[in-house]
Amino acid sequence: MKILVPVKLVIDSNAKARVKPDQSGVDLANVKLSINPFDEISVEEAVRLKEAGKVSEVVAVTIGVAKAQDALRAALAIGADRGILIQTDEMVEPLAIAKLLAKVAEAEQPGVVILGKQAIDDDSNQTGQMLGALLGWPQATFASKVDLSAEAVEVTREVDGGHQTLKLTLPAIVTTDLRLNEPRYPSLPNIMKAKKKPIETKAPADYGVDVTPRLKLLKVGEPPARSAGIKVKTAGELVEKLKSAGAL
Amino acid sequence: MTTLLIADHNNTSLADATSRALTAALQLGGDVHVLVAGANDRAAADAAAKLDGVKKVLLADDPALDHQLAEPIAALVVSLAGDYDAIVAPATGNGKNILPRVAALLDVAQVSEITKVISSDTFERPIYAGNAIAEVRSTDRKTVLTVRGSAFAPAPQGAATAPIEPVAAVAGDYRSFFVGEALASSDRPELTSAKVIVSGGRALGSAAKFNEVILPLADRLGAAVGASRAAVDAGYAPNDDQVGQTGKIVAPDLYIALGISGAIQHLAGMKNSKIIVAVNKDEDAPIFQVADYGIVGDLFQVVPEIEKALN
Repeated sequence: MKILVPVKLVIDSNAKARVKPDQSGVDLANVKLSINPFDEISVEEAVRLKEAGKVSEVVAVTIGVAKAQDALRAALAIGADRGILIQTDEMVEPLAIAKLLAKVAEAEQPGVVILGKQAIDDDSNQTGQMLGALLGWPQATFASKVDLSAEAVEVTREVDGGHQTLKLTLPAIVTTDLRLNEPRYPSLPNIMKAKKKPIETKAPADYGVDVTPRLKLLKVGEPPARSAGIKVKTAGELVEKLKSAGAL
Repeated sequence: MTTLLIADHNNTSLADATSRALTAALQLGGDVHVLVAGANDRAAADAAAKLDGVKKVLLADDPALDHQLAEPIAALVVSLAGDYDAIVAPATGNGKNILPRVAALLDVAQVSEITKVISSDTFERPIYAGNAIAEVRSTDRKTVLTVRGSAFAPAPQGAATAPIEPVAAVAGDYRSFFVGEALASSDRPELTSAKVIVSGGRALGSAAKFNEVILPLADRLGAAVGASRAAVDAGYAPNDDQVGQTGKIVAPDLYIALGISGAIQHLAGMKNSKIIVAVNKDEDAPIFQVADYGIVGDLFQVVPEIEKALN
């Protein structure tokens, strides 16, 4: 069985996003970029399934500018076998991403597609569910446990108030939550090896998918600023302040 | 225009986020119909019918719709979508799970977690962990939206009761099967609708200490319990309590952060709280940059003192 793992290069989770002065977007020049943390969890899960002998090949795919292949290299360093870069300078929205991934899935025939539940740049949390819809495959989002067999995958999901367990007949879509696993730090030899693993470069047109955005980004502004308040010395003083502010 | 709001519910009652999403749905300007899809879910439909501003409730009551599985519910919503200009769901676990599936089946770009309705096709939504606010306009023939509950007040109960109309589930080979669930039952208020939240971080040091320090103060204040990702990762608190960019987004009247340093991912989940209190040993902790009232000190000393001062 093959597993397909879509990955995205995003702002590093420790970097702070700054809004451009002309409000056209977020300034990513000179900002550290990394593989989306949830995608790293997806790759780790897929590689563990391969190490457990349940999966024969892990294919990573990304869609974006030439530099986006850094996310593929990160996936290959964790243990993915090969990469596909669908290169475009457009800002591709989740729906178009899902359409491209559906074409890749049709070509690669994976048993499972494992995606991160959301990218930490646009925070959309859509792509996996959309891919499931387009392929007509069942989905288990926000996974905290994945148990794969030849015909089905049993997934424990993080839901409001606790956990839910679903069984999906393959092929299926899984999206990962934080507690699914703790991704390994790739060793230096594996990082070197990753540089030699094959990456195939494609274009959206190769798949016949129109990636023109459907949403018009009118502006990107600063959130309302919150100013630091005051330090109080004692618990008594705090309770008094909260009472006079009407908070208690 | 007419809007279809997908209710989040547990068959017997509505999630608070549903009435908050209704407020956003009403701001789109048209009539709002509410879909209550589930099994033995008449009581939830009755509750939806009482919400102020609801014109009609569509009740789908079918064993196949139990447990809110995304595949059959998305198929049902798509079967109804022809009559609607906008489809809206609260950005709860269920809403996030179901609605993108609907959007893709309708070939519409979804706008996730809106925090403001500017017009019927233009919305604000936070991106980059809330460090930027995007204003986006949908150019699709329908709009598909999820609504961040903390940004909208709950719609009140109205004087009138809307009519309830049955709708049928869509049969299909969905290949997704419910196996089981483990839901925590708690007498405490629900995190995303609580007026007061007491939240703990890594400084608590253990699950035992977390429970020993956080829970009594939460009980004293009638508060919900939250946690930072560090505390959740360390196993001090369940994942469901995680406040932050990829966890729960909250905006209570009072948020008390104990031993939480204030990483941007955590701030993304709580910085719209009305009043923020922080207790932290490190006076340079970023949490103090958003806190209205801060105490620099050891939480194990300060928290009992707060409880004493409350009594």
